[in-house]
Amino acid sequence: MATFFGEVLSVYSRAVEEDEEELEENEEDEQIRRELEEKRAGNKVQCSSFILAVGHNAASFLSVYILASANWDAVGRGVAWNERSRSGTGPSGEGSACVFYRHKDEPAVLICHVTCHIAEDQLFQWTEKVFGYLQTRGLTVTVLSDSSVADYKTADYLCSSSAPFLRSLRSSAFSDQPVCQSLEQPNIITGLPAAVLNHCQVHSIAAVVYQCYSDVTGPDSITMDKYKPVLTKLGSTDVLRNFVRSSEIQSNLYI
Amino acid sequence: MFISSQDSPATFQGFTLVMPAVAVGNVGQLAVDLIVSTLNMRRVGYFHTDCLIPMAGNNPYASGKADAEELHTPAEGGTTSQLQVLKSKFRQQLKSWIKASGFSRTVVLSSSHAYQRDDQQLQGTSLRYLMTPSLLAASADALKELGWREMERIPAFPGVDAEPRLCIPGGGITKGLYTDGCAEDLPLAVLLLFCSEGDNIPDAFALVNHLNDWLHLEEPKSKWKIPTSWSLLFGSGIPPALF
Repeated sequence: MATFFGEVLSVYSRAVEEDEEELEENEEDEQIRRELEEKRAGNKVQCSSFILAVGHNAASFLSVYILASANWDAVGRGVAWNERSRSGTGPSGEGSACVFYRHKDEPAVLICHVTCHIAEDQLFQWTEKVFGYLQTRGLTVTVLSDSSVADYKTADYLCSSSAPFLRSLRSSAFSDQPVCQSLEQPNIITGLPAAVLNHCQVHSIAAVVYQCYSDVTGPDSITMDKYKPVLTKLGSTDVLRNFVRSSEIQSNLYI
Repeated sequence: MFISSQDSPATFQGFTLVMPAVAVGNVGQLAVDLIVSTLNMRRVGYFHTDCLIPMAGNNPYASGKADAEELHTPAEGGTTSQLQVLKSKFRQQLKSWIKASGFSRTVVLSSSHAYQRDDQQLQGTSLRYLMTPSLLAASADALKELGWREMERIPAFPGVDAEPRLCIPGGGITKGLYTDGCAEDLPLAVLLLFCSEGDNIPDAFALVNHLNDWLHLEEPKSKWKIPTSWSLLFGSGIPPALF
């Protein structure tokens, strides 16, 4: 879209034709798709703990407290190409990628950073694709998600000193106790955390979302610290248990 | 598309499906909220499809602390919450599921823009109905007793194209579902209200009362139970410092 002064602005259009014709797969495409799916079914990744960070503070928290050691390999990238992908980065660019990390000694623990925008109509496919690669028996999913306190509804007005704070939502299969109180009605979560939680709920996978409501829009150390209690619940494997212990030692440094 | 949950009945054969269309004022959705909340309906499954934008929250129909922490997804069998859809693909999936499930009848609760009524529609009740031929045959007596008005066919572009057509402006997939129902001989009814965007709670009550007159879901004088998800519909509490 061009303005009066000739500058070109990117606009987000979710316009959909009223009567879209359905795309019909021909037989050959269908057979190829089926063969790919069968091949993929045999190559599922063993995973006992999948930790997903959505947003800059959540991703930075995991980077500082867990990924800081050199024992994690970047094992994959997911790219979501949409109208908000920065021009110049392209499909292989850094700005649009979701990065997957796996621990060298404990390959059943997977971490994913998502700091790019995933469009609404890509959320379902992203989730189906990622979980399609994971062996989901015995899997626990933890999602850390940034959100704005402006999106939090409460009858009593929230003054700025109450932010940041944490709220949780869990799937029916999640039997453990979350580290913070549950997200009260009428509040809801949307976006990638919601897509992941929906998938886990429908497929009976244990999952919990920790949503941090903050009044700061950018990366912020106080907001990042709010996720710390989650570390105590990530001790399902030896690898993560070690990180919980080392984080506790660090917190005693100035006592 | 539809994934049953653990307590789901083995088949929906013979059941009546009441579903909302995402339409102006979300009246159909609010009406279904009232039905689910009042009749204390339990979830029987999920619509798991890429046509719906994901969202999740705790139980919107919680009656107390015990059932407050039960996760709910965008569209569930027996209940609905906020739906935003990709129209034609979702309509196809829905139509296939309705046919396969063998519902005895499907009732779509919907609404249409009040400001696009023509002169004759401005008078009298704002309730309208539509029924496919297969359901009309079975419900003719009930309709006569209820005295409902059928949705009028009006020219889409008065002065330009005078041919009367079925138009449901602001009705979302309502018209598509109805025409598909007619074409495929599905027993389907549409119940809609003319309304405007705003506080549509009174419209939801009106629509659900009309539905109750026909289907007798509840005693006529009994109250509909407002779900907890309806709190703070217009935002959070006001900061006292503002005044």
